[in-house]
Amino acid sequence: MTRIEVVTPGLLTTVQDRGRPGLAHLGVPPSGAADPVAYELGNRLVGNPDGAAALEATLDGPVLRFDAPTTVALTGATTPAVRTVEMLDVGRCVNGVRTYVCVRGGIDVEPVLGSRSTDLLTGLGPAPLRAGDVLRVGPAPSRAAGPGTVPGPALPDTPVLRVVPGPRDDWFAPDALEALCSEPWRVSSSSNRVGIRLEGPALERARHDELLSEGLVTGALQVPPSGQPILLLQDHPTTGGYPVIGVVRSDDVPLAGQLAPRQSVRFAIDG
Amino acid sequence: MNVTVRPAGDQGALVELPDNGAALRLAGLLREERSDLLDVVIGHTTVLVTWAGEKPDLGDAVKRALVAEAGPAGRLVEIPVVYDGPDLDEVARLTGLSPEEVIARHTGAEHVAAFIGFQPGFAYLTGGDTLLHVPRRDAPRTRVPGGTVAIAGPYSGVYPRESPGGWRLLGSTSALMFDPAREPPALLAPGDRVRFVVA
Repeated sequence: MTRIEVVTPGLLTTVQDRGRPGLAHLGVPPSGAADPVAYELGNRLVGNPDGAAALEATLDGPVLRFDAPTTVALTGATTPAVRTVEMLDVGRCVNGVRTYVCVRGGIDVEPVLGSRSTDLLTGLGPAPLRAGDVLRVGPAPSRAAGPGTVPGPALPDTPVLRVVPGPRDDWFAPDALEALCSEPWRVSSSSNRVGIRLEGPALERARHDELLSEGLVTGALQVPPSGQPILLLQDHPTTGGYPVIGVVRSDDVPLAGQLAPRQSVRFAIDG
Repeated sequence: MNVTVRPAGDQGALVELPDNGAALRLAGLLREERSDLLDVVIGHTTVLVTWAGEKPDLGDAVKRALVAEAGPAGRLVEIPVVYDGPDLDEVARLTGLSPEEVIARHTGAEHVAAFIGFQPGFAYLTGGDTLLHVPRRDAPRTRVPGGTVAIAGPYSGVYPRESPGGWRLLGSTSALMFDPAREPPALLAPGDRVRFVVA
């Protein structure tokens, strides 16, 4: 069985798969790859079955040592990815912040509630990688690995994410949705898999009473009293008491998972 | 009775109901009958549903959930508590009660698990003594140990694991609120009745 030794873990590298959908009523966040499109592509390239676990590197990737020849696909944010006989130095992410290291056979850690994903909010699943960790690779699938390279989607300098208004757009001043969509927002450096903090003009509330806690979806733009929205990513809490002015379309959530600190992003009303 | 269905993205809807009882009934119906839904998340007076395929029609289930029928009462769960929390005296001061009276009122009420959120297995318990409705702390603690029993606003709750928290801490319990290896993993389900008892 192939083993991978973590020489250096990079800034934050976690194990991710398709996460734990369907358990939100227990308070369990969805988790799973923050850029599911890149993660699924990587698994297909190495011939893995759907849902095989991969590594999600953030901003600065890990250095990994393999004890046997292994097929690996890197997808998501581009990295220099220096490869020697037994080492893979993923390097710094450019054009995005999350790179998927998809290993043929998948990362074989113990599943928790049906998933191998690390959940940074609740601590479910394996801890983020540390230097010296040794990861087992699962048995090679029967499907052959795919082509050597495929063109990845380019991330524009200022991506535009489409937003479905609501469920609580009526809690905001009449021009708040327009304010959300008129100016670019800056991605705060205190963003993570739980949510992306956005900096820009404060969105004005029309109602100031307290909202009773209600369910939240990935992509929700939750607005705390500061008026600065938080775009919820996969490790978001399942319920919350701040009103959600709009929700990023599910097709655009993978793009949100690649937003870098200090970059700008725009929103557009969808439909 | 007023029901509003609000969009929650392109693959979700938030159903606003008149009260927690109707939300409990709707969530129960949908969970039992609808395999086309991905998540059914109960809030205080809402049910969030998400789906991956076609937009579902919820009309019939909503209509039936609004018919308040005396369904079977939820399971009764007793949670043993050592009342030695750091905020017990402050809660006594805020409510004008003695610490002993705070404990008596907290153990005297039958609570209902209105919904689960914030952390896996964290049940928001309503129905507690109204004299114990105290505001959250102005500055949340960065670290509240797992098993801590706390109150805030109309709610009681038990922190399943160490986490930040702004509620007032009354004591601690040895009850395991969430264990991913257990079936079901959460000790409390929405609709369960809860009594705190002095350990």
